[in-house]
Amino acid sequence: MNASLQIQHARPVVRWRRHPVVKVLRNPVTMLGLLLVVVWLFCGVFAPLVAPYNPDQPNVSAALQAPGIHHLFGTDNYGRDVFSRVVYGARISIPTSLVAVAISFGIGVPLGAVAGYYGGTVSAVIMRGMDMLLAFPSLVLAMAIAAAMGPGLRSAMIAVGIVGVPEYARLMYGQTMSLRSREFVEASATFGSTNRAIVMKHILPNALAPLIVNATIGLGFAILTAASLSFLGLGVQPPTAEWGDMISEGSQYIVTGDWWMVTFPGLAIATSTLGFNLLGDGLRDILDPRQSSE
Amino acid sequence: MFTYVVRRLLGTIPALAGVVVITFIVSRVLPGDPAVMIAGEQATPDVINKIRVELGMDKPLYVQFWRYLVQLLHGNLGFAWHTGHPVASDFAVRFPATLELTLASIFIAVLVSIPVGVYAATKKESIFDHLTRVFSLVGACTPIFWLGLILIYIFYAKLGWAPAPLGRISQSVNPPTHITGLYVLDSLLSGDMVALKSSLGHLLLPALCLSTSTMAIASRMMRASMLEVLSQDYMRTARAKGLPERQVVYKHGLKNAVIPTLTILGLQFGYLLGGAVITETIFAWPGIGSYITQSILATDYNPIQAFTLISAVIFSLVNLGVELVWAMIDPRIRLQ
Repeated sequence: MNASLQIQHARPVVRWRRHPVVKVLRNPVTMLGLLLVVVWLFCGVFAPLVAPYNPDQPNVSAALQAPGIHHLFGTDNYGRDVFSRVVYGARISIPTSLVAVAISFGIGVPLGAVAGYYGGTVSAVIMRGMDMLLAFPSLVLAMAIAAAMGPGLRSAMIAVGIVGVPEYARLMYGQTMSLRSREFVEASATFGSTNRAIVMKHILPNALAPLIVNATIGLGFAILTAASLSFLGLGVQPPTAEWGDMISEGSQYIVTGDWWMVTFPGLAIATSTLGFNLLGDGLRDILDPRQSSE
Repeated sequence: MFTYVVRRLLGTIPALAGVVVITFIVSRVLPGDPAVMIAGEQATPDVINKIRVELGMDKPLYVQFWRYLVQLLHGNLGFAWHTGHPVASDFAVRFPATLELTLASIFIAVLVSIPVGVYAATKKESIFDHLTRVFSLVGACTPIFWLGLILIYIFYAKLGWAPAPLGRISQSVNPPTHITGLYVLDSLLSGDMVALKSSLGHLLLPALCLSTSTMAIASRMMRASMLEVLSQDYMRTARAKGLPERQVVYKHGLKNAVIPTLTILGLQFGYLLGGAVITETIFAWPGIGSYITQSILATDYNPIQAFTLISAVIFSLVNLGVELVWAMIDPRIRLQ
C-alpha cells in the first residue's frame, strides 16, 4: 500500500522532469544560447540606457584609447566609445537579421507549400528555380544582389533574405509533401475545404516546428552574412554603428596593435550568432524532437 | 564512367542556363541602376542616359538578355571600368592566386578535420570530443574577416612569426619561375627554396583563416558519420578477426565514413569562394577575391556579375567532381 502510494506520488515528478521544455531549461548549453540572445536583445532595445556615450559623437582628444575605466572597450580613431557603438550595433544587426529571415520565410514558405501541395509542373518549375538559386555560393549571391541594388541597409536585408529563400522553400516543400497525404488533410478536403484553407489551417501549423527552428538558427547566420556585407562596404554605411562596418574601420589599426576596435564588434557577432544557434538547437528538442541532433 | 561524366556535364547545361538567367535578373531587374552607379549619384540625367544607351539598357529586356548571352558565349565577361581591362583577362591574371589559397585551405581542412573527427568519434564523450564540438560550433559562428584580423594581430603584430599580410611573397624575394602560377608549387618544382619559404609563410595565415569554418563543419560531420560506422557489424567482424584497432578504424571505418564529409567539403567549396573575397581583402592577396572587393568599392558591376556566374559554374563542377570521387572510394556506388 505504502509502495503504491509512493509510486503514485513519484509519477508527476518524473513527468514534469521529462517535459521537453523542462529538459531544455535544464540544458546549460541551451540556457547559454538563451542568455546570449536575451543580452543582445536587451542591448538593442535599451541601448540609450546601457551605452554610456553617444555612439556617433566624435571626440578627437580621446582617439585610440585602450580599454580602461572610462571606456570599457576603448575608443576608435575618431574617439568614439567602442562599447557604446557595440551596444548600438545590436539595434542594427538584430533587426536586419529579423527582416532578412522574414523575407526568406515569407517568400520561401509559400513557394514550398505551393510546390509541395500542387506537385506536377508547378512543383517542377518552383523547385528547379530554387535549385538554381542554390547553385550560387550564398555570400557571392548576396554580394551580387547588394551590389546591384547599391550599398545600404535595405540592400543588405534584401540580399540576405533572398539568399535564404531556397532553404525555406525546400524545407516547406518536404513538409507539405509528407503532410498532404495524411488523413486529417484528406478529411478536410473531403469536407470541401478550399486548397488555400487546407494549406493555411492544416499543413502550415503542422509544418511550423522545423521552420521555426530553422528561422532561429537562420537569424544567427543572417547576422553573420549581413556583417560580412557591411565589412565589404555593401551593407550599412558609416558612421552608423554596425558591427561588420566597425571591424572594417578598425582593420587598418590592427597592425599597429590597436586590437580593441576589431575584437569587441567581432565578439558581438560571434556571440549573437552562437546564441541564436544554441537556442535554435534547444528549440528543436522541444518543437521537433525527431530531428534532434542528440 | 566516361559516359556518366558526359551525361552529367550535359545535365548541368539547363542548370547553368538558369544561373545565367538569374545573374541577368540580379543585374537588370532588381531595383538599382548600373548606369547611376557608373555615373555616380551626382551625375545629371543626361550623363546617366548616355551611359544607359552605351550599355544597351535603353533596349527591351529580351534584347538586352540576348546580347548578354551572345557576349557570354563568346567568352566576353564585359569590361572592368576600374582597371581598364576586360574582366576575362583580369580574372586570368588573378585566378592562380585564388586557386592556390582555396586549395591550401581545403588541404588544411582535410588534414585537420578527418583525423580530429575520427579521433573524437573513437573517444566519444572524452574531453577531446567535447572540445572538438565546442570548436566546431564556435568555428562556424566566427566571422571570417574578424578571425583573419585577429590572426594578423597575434602572429604578425604581437609575435612577429608571420610576414606582413601583404600579398603572396615578400617584396624582397623574386617570385618563382612561372609554371602553374601557384607560387608554392612552382617554387618546389623549380627548387627555389627562398621563394618556397616566403610563399609558404605568406600562404599559411590566409589559408588557415579561410579553412576554419570548413574545418569546423567537416570535423563535426566526420565525427557523426564515424560514430555511425563504428556501430556497424562489419567493424565488429574486423575486430573479431584480430585486426589491430588502428587498422580497424582507419582502413575499415574511415573508407566507409568519409563520404558524407567529402560531400560537405564539396558544398563548402562555394563557401570558400565567398570567403576568399573577404580573406584576400584582409591579407591583400592579389586574387579574384580582392579584385571583387575593389570592384565593389568602385561600383564596377561587370566583374561582380562575372564572378557570381563563374562561382556558380565552378560550384556545379566541383559537386560533379565529388560524385566521381565517391565512386572511386566506395565501389558500391555505381555511376549510371
